[in-house]
Amino acid sequence: MAQDKREALIEVKNLRVEFRIRGSRPFVAVRDVSLQVFKGENFGLVGETGSGKTTIGRAIVRINPTAGGVILFKGRRINGIIPKELDREVTHKIQMIFQDPMASLNERAKVDYIVSEGLYNTKNYRDEQEREAKVQKALLEVGLLPEFASRFPHEFSGGQRQRIGVARALIMEPEFIIADEPISSLDVSIRAQVLNLLSDLQKTKGLTYMFISHDLSVVRFIADRIGVIYKGQIVELAETEELFSAPVHPYTRSLLSAIPRPDPRVEREKRVLVYDPACHDYSKDKPRWAEVRKGHFVYGNETELALYGAVVTRPG
Amino acid sequence: MSEPILSARDVVVKFSLRGQVLTAIREASLDLYEGQTLAIVGESGAGKSVLTKTFLGMLDANGWVDSGSVMFEGKDLAKFATEREWLTIRGKKIAMVFQDPMTALNPLRTVGMQIHEVLELHQGLKGEAARRRTIEILGQVGIGDPGMRYSQYPHEFSGGMRQRVVIAIAVACNPRILICDEPTTALDVTIQAQILELIRALQTRLGLTIIYITHDLGVVANVADRVAVMYAGDIIEYGTAEEVFYDPQHPYTWALLSSLPQLGVRGRPLYSISGTPPNLFSEIRGDAFAPRNPRALKIDYVARPPYFKVTESHFARTWLLDSRAPKVEPPETIRAMRAKYVR
Repeated sequence: MAQDKREALIEVKNLRVEFRIRGSRPFVAVRDVSLQVFKGENFGLVGETGSGKTTIGRAIVRINPTAGGVILFKGRRINGIIPKELDREVTHKIQMIFQDPMASLNERAKVDYIVSEGLYNTKNYRDEQEREAKVQKALLEVGLLPEFASRFPHEFSGGQRQRIGVARALIMEPEFIIADEPISSLDVSIRAQVLNLLSDLQKTKGLTYMFISHDLSVVRFIADRIGVIYKGQIVELAETEELFSAPVHPYTRSLLSAIPRPDPRVEREKRVLVYDPACHDYSKDKPRWAEVRKGHFVYGNETELALYGAVVTRPG
Repeated sequence: MSEPILSARDVVVKFSLRGQVLTAIREASLDLYEGQTLAIVGESGAGKSVLTKTFLGMLDANGWVDSGSVMFEGKDLAKFATEREWLTIRGKKIAMVFQDPMTALNPLRTVGMQIHEVLELHQGLKGEAARRRTIEILGQVGIGDPGMRYSQYPHEFSGGMRQRVVIAIAVACNPRILICDEPTTALDVTIQAQILELIRALQTRLGLTIIYITHDLGVVANVADRVAVMYAGDIIEYGTAEEVFYDPQHPYTWALLSSLPQLGVRGRPLYSISGTPPNLFSEIRGDAFAPRNPRALKIDYVARPPYFKVTESHFARTWLLDSRAPKVEPPETIRAMRAKYVR
């Protein structure tokens, strides 16, 4: 497979993120997560509320401090204490798009300021003229008119606001964008617009995405590879088609079985599988992160891995 | 076909807002059949919640039913004027489950007391009898160890469990109709599947008739016997779930279905609806969806289409069904769905 030749833009190894609440034991939000995001691909990260998917994204952009493991960007470590120049480079090259466009834009600032805030902070422009030109270009790229720069966020609809969020990320000329549930708070008819915009930008600018979502059907449409996360632990990772055609981890299977499909006959036949974490016996046989087939990783103990391997390689 | 338990005819709802009058519902009609689930789909602001609130007398103080009728048990709910009249219906005959279980419960009272209170008020149960009935209902909605859960507070419950409590409060008085307003939007898919299953189980056990409001067409396919598609305050298509999903007639229904990533083809752009829904403050001429419809006919801008009958149970408000209309092909996704519809 050509996969090995692909360049890993982001590499996460044994990442651990903890939150300390005063006086109590630390809460482990992400434990032992390893993944690679290849250049030019769209990596989907799927999990339920509280599974730690956003925390991983925030650890990569250096918002959340890490408690263990390494995060590499183009082979260089970017978590923990790093030189100032590298920190600045990370700020430029890795950008984030947030979930709720109603909450993530400063209501008191004009679009012009919101979009160019990153430029101001990194002084990444020569003169006022260049800054204005950059703002206009970013707005055009996301399908907004340049004159919108002088307006306030409340003058825009949800879909337009999310476009402003995208423009704010684009103006930094990033290579890697972490999109944290960018469409889940949008209306059904607007979702398609934003999804199309993101895929167009990926094609024209050669961007790499990490697409964080709880909605497997959206991720299936947009992602090349998908990682499924449960309680801070990635339990399965594979190429999209493989994950959907041959899911092996019981949690993935339960998640897939629960997706509502817009087809009454399919829905009527549907059987939802319930995932019970007690089905794993990890008391003696310790689980590990292993590759059961080229590019298909699962978390399990030896007995389970043997079983999963058999399922994956079964013909048909 | 059984008789409808509730029929709304040409309902018009208006709100007065800062001196202006907004028409939120424009002559919407629907029938609700006993023991069935009717799903109402549409974008936010389409009027899904407002329409069902007229069945409960729960419109905000600045809103009123301007004309039309809502017939239920031989009475016209649209004519109800006093709170006393509404109290014979609201909660007793027609109950509601709200979207956000985090805000629908009182955080300062135990879960048990919140159900207890409903039973005392509506069914006249007192003390130990009400307590026993409460625990029974908690068990019915799938809450483990209801005796212990009775004296816990909402913050001790997870999101899915809280939604079960809200459902318990709604079914406590054995209503005939249960209106579920996006009850699973705030929940994870696996929890959503469990709540949908619970609602279906309660429907069979208690013989409930359900109105399910949602914007998620996947959920509609799961729960609905019949589907009403709303756009700009109007029901533009109404039919059985199979008819609406496999043989949709209105261009808006086409657009909604085609824009779903579940039905999209990877690597190809999704069908997207351009523009925004119309301003409800101004008068809408013709078909409200026409300005966003690339296949709109000239007449769509001039005259409002009436309901055209497709089958005995399937109606759509689009000029495309008129005998004089030209043949317009629906988008590819819809044609593929239609091909599945073999009878």
